[in-house]
Amino acid sequence: MQLTNRAKVVVKKEMTIAEKLYLPAIAKGLGITLKHFFMKKPTIRYPEVKREFAPVFRGKHVLKRDEKGAERCTACGLCAVACPAEAITMVAAERKKGEEHLYREEKYAATYEINMLRCIFCGLCEEACPKQAIFLTETVTTAEYHRSDFIYGKDKLVEPVDPTQRIDISRRSIGRD
Amino acid sequence: MSILFYLAYKLVLVLVIFAITLGVAAYSTLAERKFAGFFQDRLGPDRAGPYGILQPLADGVKFFFKEDFTPANADKTLFVMGPALAMLIALITSAVIPWGPSLEIAGYQLPFQVTDLNIGVLYISGAVSIGVYGIMVGGWASNNKFALLGAIRASSQMISYEIAMGIALIAIVLLAGSLSLHDIVAQQSGLNWNIWKQPLGFIIFITCAFAECNRTPFDLPECEQELVGGYHTEYSSMKLGLFLFSEYVNMFVSSALMSALYFGGYNFPGLDYSTMAPNVAALVGFGVFFAKILFFIFFFMWIRWTIPRFRYDQLMHLGWSILMPLAILNMLLTALGVLYLGK
Repeated sequence: MQLTNRAKVVVKKEMTIAEKLYLPAIAKGLGITLKHFFMKKPTIRYPEVKREFAPVFRGKHVLKRDEKGAERCTACGLCAVACPAEAITMVAAERKKGEEHLYREEKYAATYEINMLRCIFCGLCEEACPKQAIFLTETVTTAEYHRSDFIYGKDKLVEPVDPTQRIDISRRSIGRD
Repeated sequence: MSILFYLAYKLVLVLVIFAITLGVAAYSTLAERKFAGFFQDRLGPDRAGPYGILQPLADGVKFFFKEDFTPANADKTLFVMGPALAMLIALITSAVIPWGPSLEIAGYQLPFQVTDLNIGVLYISGAVSIGVYGIMVGGWASNNKFALLGAIRASSQMISYEIAMGIALIAIVLLAGSLSLHDIVAQQSGLNWNIWKQPLGFIIFITCAFAECNRTPFDLPECEQELVGGYHTEYSSMKLGLFLFSEYVNMFVSSALMSALYFGGYNFPGLDYSTMAPNVAALVGFGVFFAKILFFIFFFMWIRWTIPRFRYDQLMHLGWSILMPLAILNMLLTALGVLYLGK
């Protein structure tokens, strides 16, 4: 019974003398491997050379500071609302006198935590942020031994004050603001 | 010439050739991995030193620091003898290879060859064929079925290919009228190489050389997929290192033989050694010979990363019913040619 019309008839063809000799086939094979010998290798020598991330890559978050070094985040909570994985929690606090150089506006986040095990790196938090305070960077989150170490606090998220050590997010903010 | 001077010269020559053979074998291991990478669109090892040139050193150190394990029911004496024998026999074959034209030291003409045996070709076929003893002894002593299977395969493969190789060599001897390697090479001056007169003989010889060295496509004694490494399954540490290393020494010696027997040894068209200063001639000749050897080592690796392994019955079929009749035919044709056409 024929089920499909894709049946292939097996032909037991006698080999030609050239095929029986086997040597022409070897020479052909040698030619192919020699071609590959001189081909450009696609390998990237990793620790010395790093492959550039795609512009849309979304990695570990950063909490930005403004030009004077004050935190931009005002603890409005829009990122936490936008987060589909419910990874962001924060506690708001009021800025005291003399803290103007630390926090840009009157309200700030006293604690700001992202659970990196929950986070799905969708980038909705940076889209929700009205103050351009949170961005996803090209840093990869590290492996840890304990679950508690995956809850990143402000110590890991806020970028350094030192202008030379600021984290560049120019590729993330293309087409926004 | 004082006997002492002669002995000292031979001793130095032996040491130099020993060192060169081992050096080439060591760097063949790196070259093998590098070339394997290139053939497969990779880069190969490049971490140890610039371009990975310290890799053989790292491998050697690693071999020495590995645990030297002997299976409980192994034959202890034979177990140690296996790799030692494999290495020793691989090395002694290089004794009769003429490396270049004569050297001139302190007014004496000294052959650039450890010993010019008048039965050089016989010595080689003898030494090459006892090369399998290391593998057999090692495989037997391991008391392991995979090792034993590998050893059996090695010995039957050796017998099958030895005959065709020997008959191919007879054709060379017929052409040269001498069994001495020095004479055979000296007769191939300029571009008067044996390959033009013995193309079939060369194909037979190179096929058999691959089989004798246990290289792909004839690496059945140690095929990893079926025999877990074959005869060296139970070996570890530097004993394993010696087994693997002897394969590369064998490869070097086989390459030297192919260059000497079929590709004119140290001869190259346009280079007339009689017009050069003797020592310069010896060095240039050695360079030419060495370049040919390196090409053949490359060819060994090129084949390895191109052709898959033969099935065992195919191997036997090729050896007994194709190569041997062809070799006999080649020998008869050569004999007729020498008889009626002259050399």
